[in-house]
Parts: sequence; C-alpha cells; structure tokens
Amino acid sequence: MAGKTSQSEGASRTVSDVLHNETFRAILAQVILVGAVVLAAWYLVSNTLDNLAARQISTGFGYLTKNAGFEISDKFISVSAANSYGRALLAGLVNTLVVSLISIVLASLFGTIVGISRLSKNWLVAKLALTYVEGVRNIPLLLQLIFWWKVITAIAPQPRDALQILPEVFFSNRGLNFPLMSPDPVWGWVWLGLLVGIIGAVFIWRWANKVQARTGKRPGSIPLYLASIIGVPVLVWLVGGAPTGVDAPVLGRFSLTGGGSVSTALLAMIVGLTFYTSTFIAEIVRSGIQAVSHGQTEAGDALGLSRRQVLRLVVLPQALRVIIPPMTSQYLNITKNSSLGVAIGYQEIASITNTTLNQTGQAIEAIALMMVVYLSVSLTLSLLMNWYNHQIKLVER
Amino acid sequence: MAEDNTPAVLLKNLNKWYGEFHVLRNINLSVKRGEKIVVCGPSGSGKSTMIRCINRLEEHQEGSITVDGIELTDNLKNIDAVRAEVGMVFQHFNLFPHLTVLENCTLAPIWVKKMPRKEAEEKAMYFLDRVRIANQAHKYPGQVSGGQQQRVAIARSLCMSPRIMLFDEPTSALDPEMVKEVLDTMVMLAKEGMTMLCVTHEMGFAKAVADRVIFMDKGEIVEENEPEEFFSNPQSPRTRTFLEQIL
Repeated sequence: MAGKTSQSEGASRTVSDVLHNETFRAILAQVILVGAVVLAAWYLVSNTLDNLAARQISTGFGYLTKNAGFEISDKFISVSAANSYGRALLAGLVNTLVVSLISIVLASLFGTIVGISRLSKNWLVAKLALTYVEGVRNIPLLLQLIFWWKVITAIAPQPRDALQILPEVFFSNRGLNFPLMSPDPVWGWVWLGLLVGIIGAVFIWRWANKVQARTGKRPGSIPLYLASIIGVPVLVWLVGGAPTGVDAPVLGRFSLTGGGSVSTALLAMIVGLTFYTSTFIAEIVRSGIQAVSHGQTEAGDALGLSRRQVLRLVVLPQALRVIIPPMTSQYLNITKNSSLGVAIGYQEIASITNTTLNQTGQAIEAIALMMVVYLSVSLTLSLLMNWYNHQIKLVER
Repeated sequence: MAEDNTPAVLLKNLNKWYGEFHVLRNINLSVKRGEKIVVCGPSGSGKSTMIRCINRLEEHQEGSITVDGIELTDNLKNIDAVRAEVGMVFQHFNLFPHLTVLENCTLAPIWVKKMPRKEAEEKAMYFLDRVRIANQAHKYPGQVSGGQQQRVAIARSLCMSPRIMLFDEPTSALDPEMVKEVLDTMVMLAKEGMTMLCVTHEMGFAKAVADRVIFMDKGEIVEENEPEEFFSNPQSPRTRTFLEQIL
C-alpha cells in the first residue's frame, strides 16, 4: 500500500507541476486566445450571412462591372457616367493618390522651412513659426478642410468675374482654371526629354563627385544641372517643331471652359492637408535637428567646416535618421486623412465608395475593398520609407 | 604665417560673461611656439571656456585674442583662418557617428582643404597609424572603445595640419585603463614640438611634458609656474587647497 500511495502522490505532484509550468501556461493562454478569436469571427460571419440571406441581399463583387451612372468632377484618368463602378473606384483611387502625393511634397517642403524657422535666432521668425504650429495643429483637420472650402467658395468671385491671378490663369469659386498646351505628339517626347535631363543631372552629380575625389576641387555643377534638366526638354521641343498652340480657359457666362482645371474641393484639400500636416512635420524636423548633440556642430566648427558644410555633412545626415520614422507616419496620415474629402465633395476613394454602396447596397464588399486599398497603399509607402531608413541607419556595433 | 618670435597664442585682458556671471576675469597669457601648457583648476573655474575662446567656440566680450598673429574678431575670415591653425580634442570625443574612422579623418581635408580623396586618405592613414589605430580605419566610431575613439579624434585633428592643439579634458570621460593610451599619444605629440594647451587633471602628464602649469579659479589665473615649482612649492593658498584635494 505504501508504494501505491507514494505513486499517486507522485502523480498528483506531476499534475500540479504541469499546471505551474511556465511553458504549459504560455501555451494554454495562447490556445484560449486563439479559440476566442475564432469563435468571435465565426459568430460575426455566420450572423452576417444569416442576415444577408434573410434580407435577400446577394453577395460578391459582381457589382464592380455594372454601370456606375454618376460623373466625377476631378479626374486624372478618363471616366464618365457610362463607365463601371470598378472604373469609378479606380478614378477615386487615382484622386486619392494625386491629392496625397501633392500634399506630401508641399507639406514636407513647407514643414521643413517652418521647423528650421522655429530654431531661428531671429525672435520674430521663431515666434511666428511657433504660433503657426501651435495654432494649426490643434484644430481638427475636418474643420480646417471645411474652413478652406468655405473660404474659397464664399470669398472667391463667380466664374464670370473670375480673378485673373496670372495671364490666362483664373481663380473663381469653381476653383482654378489654367491654360494647357494643345495636344501634340511632341509633348510626349518633351516629357521623355525631361526624364532624360533628370537622369543626366544624376550623371553630372556622379561626375562631379569623381572630379572632386581626384583633384579635390568640386566643379561648379549647378549651371550644368540646370542645362541638363531644362536644356534637354527644350531641345526636344525645338527639334519637334516648337508647337506653341495653347488651350486657354475661356470665360463663359456661367463657367470657364477649356484648359485645365482644379476644383474648389481639390484646392481646399491640398491647402488643408498641407497646412495641417506641415505643423507636425515642422516639429519632427525641429526635434530631429535638436537631437543631434551640440558637440557635433562644435567638432565641425573646430575642424574649420563652414556653417553650411556642418549642416549638410554632419548635422543633417544624423538628423535624418531621427526624422524618417515619424515622417513615415505623417505621410501615412496624409494618405488616410485624404478620406476626409468625403466631407467637402472631393471624390477620392472613400467618397466614391460611399456613393457606390449607397447605389448598390453592397456595403460589406465596398467597405472591405476600400480598407484593402488603403492598407495596400499605406503598406507600400511604409515599405519604401523603411527601406530608405535602413539605408541611412547608423552602424553601432 | 607669422614670424617665429610672435607668440602662438596671446590673450590680453580677456573678459567674458554668461549673462551676469563673470566667467573669465582679466586673463593675460602668452604661449610661445612649441610650448606645452597644462591648465588645471576646480570645475567652473573657466579653464574650458578659456581654451574654447581660442578657436572661437565661445565669444569673448572684452580684451583680445591673437592666434599666430591673427586677431579673433567677428570677421568670419579671421575665424576661419584661426580654426585652420588650431586643432581641438574634446572631452566626449565628438566623432561623427555616421562616418567611418577613416571618413572622420578625411571629411575636413576634402571639404575645407579641397584635397583629392586619395591624398586625404593617405594622410589619414598616416596619422591613424601614428596613433596606432590604422587597423580600425573602416569601423564606425560606435564599434571601437572610448580610448580608441579619443585617439581617432586626435588623428582627425592632426589631418588638418594644425600648428596648435587644444585639449579639453581629453581623458576625463575615459575608463581608467584607457587613460594611458591617450596620454601616451599626447606625449608623443608633445615630443614632436607641437604647441599644446591642455585642460587636464592628469598631474603625471603635467609633470612629464608641461613647460608651464596654470592654475585657474573663479575665472582668473591664480598661479602659473614650471611644473616642478608648481607642485612642490605652490604660492597661493587656493592652489595648495586644490592640490591637496587631487593628489
């Protein structure tokens, strides 16, 4: 009997040991968590399917090929009411990308200027930048977008009294109208020439690096860059017969026709997104520069580097590694915040999705599609920025 | 280039304030070419501030500073000319972490002296070899020890061929076992005839290489003497108290 008792005591000790085992507990917790998630998902999916069936709503993405039947005012690909929902959504995506890209570029430029101004020794400049940052970043973006939209529609004149801010460039409550060059096959080649010119500038830059490495003197290459970037397309234009036909906007009774145009909504989106995000970028740039210790600047000074060289060769390369990750977040924010276009009638993907689901009733598919699109765009941007961040990372050990 | 009998560094009635605080009071100091001077004193006595004025990392408000015959004013040309003559080594090394050891040494020769890369690299390797760290040339500063970093910082300064070297407590941020390797490098420089101004509390170094030791307290030079006299027979009671505390 004594043997059996000790054996069962041994067994019970084993069960208690297992229950207190760290690995066992970790696995148990994960099993319970996964089970709960699966259960919740199953409940949601089956519930949705039951409800859809009860209301006789068909599921699937077939609606994408159906005729959309609505017009899109800002378009960068050809699309009309006769096109499918799929095409309309694609145009919406392009609109999202256009407004995001323009705002990213402008907000980065403006934000960097404001950020550096905040560090200025000039009292007025520094305080102005501070006031701008604190004022603009603490007002909700939605309000700012509506504000800019209201400002433009309320203050800008009717199309027939449109302000001519530059020759042939008109500003009215319908937006901005500007002349475009008349279509001509030469223009395609000119654009290609510009691309070649930019690639040429990269080669000139590398050539300048080589000359500097060999002789110590860096050739004055700024005129060469300009010659390459401007000269090549101009040359192509001249060779192509120098077409000068202009398609200028014409002042009608109620609207401006012809030329290119940017709608009030797009204008308000760009202005709003740029101002709002530039305040965050300003803070990121300021903190990035301040994160580089003053000793670095002193070491550069002591070696005789000029102030500009210290900034370009010592401070900025180090500030950049602090700036890039939060900058990525701001670029992602611009892309996602562009969905607020729905509030002021800029037809980006959220707005078009909204119209689509109203007309088709395919709420789940439409929303899911939009989420997938935003996720893809954001992840792509993220990947690009992470790749760049990796390139400039510091080697520590 | 100035005549050989002009002092390497000449400070006349130098005064400096941080706001209300009077950091430097009537400093007068003349450093001969090739002379080695050790500056010591309690913290806050203005010794770092004084040598930082010599290459204009700090501005002075009264008096004059003349380096190799060039007077330091707010004329940027003069500031550049002085900085080209004067090298500096910092307490916290201040190496550029985004550049390799070699690139740290070639940056200024390439961009300031417009030296061809190959020549700058050869010169850098020569000095890195002199401070016995040539085998680490392609590592980043974060990958080498503190003592090695400080020796790189010395090599980086030497690459600009300075005629005067300033050292601002070069060993006080180092682990004890690394102090010697840096001091050895400095002794080597001293033996080659470099003009040196060195803020340090390494009294062994002072005894070994200094021509003069300067004791500063509360922004003024309290005592200056040859190292033998300075340590064995300090004149001022303040010097005596200080020496008792650190020796």
